[in-house]
Amino acid sequence: MSETAERVKKIVVEHLGVEAEKVTEDASFIDDLGADSLDIVELVMAFEEEFGVEIPDDAAEKITTVKDAITYIDEHKG
Amino acid sequence: MGGGSFVTYLNGENAMRRVVVTGLGLVTPLGAEVETAWKNLIAGKSGAGPITHFDASNQKCQIACEVKPADHEYGFDPNKRVDHKVQRQVDPFIVYGIDAAGQALEDAGLTDMTEEQRLRAGVSIGSGIGGLPGIEIESVNLHERGPGRVSPHFVHGRLINLISGQVSIKYGLMGPNHSVVTACSTGAHSIGDAARMIRDDDADVMLAGGAESTVNPLGVAGFAQARALNMSMNDRPTEASRPYDKDRDGFVMGEGAGVVVLEEYEHAKARGAKIYAEVVGYGLSGDAYHVTAPHPEGKGAENAMRMALRKAGMEPSDIDYINAHGTSTMADTIELAAAKRVFGDDLSGASMSSTKSAIGHLLGGAGAVESIFCILALRDQIVPPTLNLDNPDEGTEGVDLVPHVAKKRPVRAVLNNSFGFGGTNASLVMKAI
Repeated sequence: MSETAERVKKIVVEHLGVEAEKVTEDASFIDDLGADSLDIVELVMAFEEEFGVEIPDDAAEKITTVKDAITYIDEHKG
Repeated sequence: MGGGSFVTYLNGENAMRRVVVTGLGLVTPLGAEVETAWKNLIAGKSGAGPITHFDASNQKCQIACEVKPADHEYGFDPNKRVDHKVQRQVDPFIVYGIDAAGQALEDAGLTDMTEEQRLRAGVSIGSGIGGLPGIEIESVNLHERGPGRVSPHFVHGRLINLISGQVSIKYGLMGPNHSVVTACSTGAHSIGDAARMIRDDDADVMLAGGAESTVNPLGVAGFAQARALNMSMNDRPTEASRPYDKDRDGFVMGEGAGVVVLEEYEHAKARGAKIYAEVVGYGLSGDAYHVTAPHPEGKGAENAMRMALRKAGMEPSDIDYINAHGTSTMADTIELAAAKRVFGDDLSGASMSSTKSAIGHLLGGAGAVESIFCILALRDQIVPPTLNLDNPDEGTEGVDLVPHVAKKRPVRAVLNNSFGFGGTNASLVMKAI
């Protein structure tokens, strides 16, 4: 697992209160991890904070799985 | 309620709907469940201490009655009944409220209601101030880091009616969803209003109560600046809340929640529920005088007590215990003078104590927590003490204020007083069934 993936998963576990094993790369925040749309806004804010990236609203809307988040961050972090 | 006229309202089919208490839940500075808090209260313990929730070294008031952490002998474990995610999103007053509501439902044996029952079960849990800690934190956040860093859960994690909202979602309660905001009268008004909802056939079951948690820098500073808090006994926290004592000098802030299950009497009887008490009288009034000071003659307090007795159809001599508002401020003797006008100079033999001497002032939670103490006094035939009453003030002669130690005595009926900023007053009368 990449370092980005590890940090992303840690944030997801902490924010959504789900078991770490459930946070696979294919997991959908809403369908598999019990998040609602506001939880995703909060997660995106946490990713921005953790990785020092800016995730605009239109990009955030496309982040629906753990893998989407990891890919976006890897492509945009400095 | 056919017809809807006033006469029908009084004499119609619902006139006989009686309201009883079938479940209790408490989160207090003396314990995070009912029996522990009651045992500690009766033992004469104090929940006061130096503030630990934040660094209070620059505050004029540095003491409070805080809810203790989970690892404390009688601490509160939020993980018992509140989801991790919810805990992260909401202010502590909501967490306390959800837990106390859960305790009350479990105590009443109503955690597994059918959909039909849940359509007739509602929630009325309020707060005096609401999510002040979260408002403080997010205002600083907004100022220092900008609007894009404000939590998306900011609003619904601070709103007062979100205890009622969260509880209804967690337990599927689809009856009335309501929330009272009347400062320090909130808890008593919540119970009184919810009892009326049952009497008026809006519901068969109501979770009712209040919660508060404002032991944060802005909350403590705000009440200190209003000259409401004790600021002279930072070195003696357990002595600072001393209702009716000559040296009283302001209240000690408490935090926590109290929630009761109210239930229509026949509904409770039919399912063989344990019945603690019947809510028989509810009085409400306004001082129409000042934003923080009570009317100097206690007119509003008197009117609320008289109305509650009248609604109960009871004489002053029927009441054996009065749980006073008694905040440990100058207002204590005003309330006592009002009580003497209603009950007579010796309160017709009733005992009157202020449990704020032990748990502090829970603000919006006070009326509900203290109503639960009244109910337990009825159950156990013992009245809790007024701590620190070393030198009773003038005007207290001939009245049993239950100084220092709890007292065994017959308790047939109880009255609870709660008064709030804005001049809002509520009195509840309950009796054994």
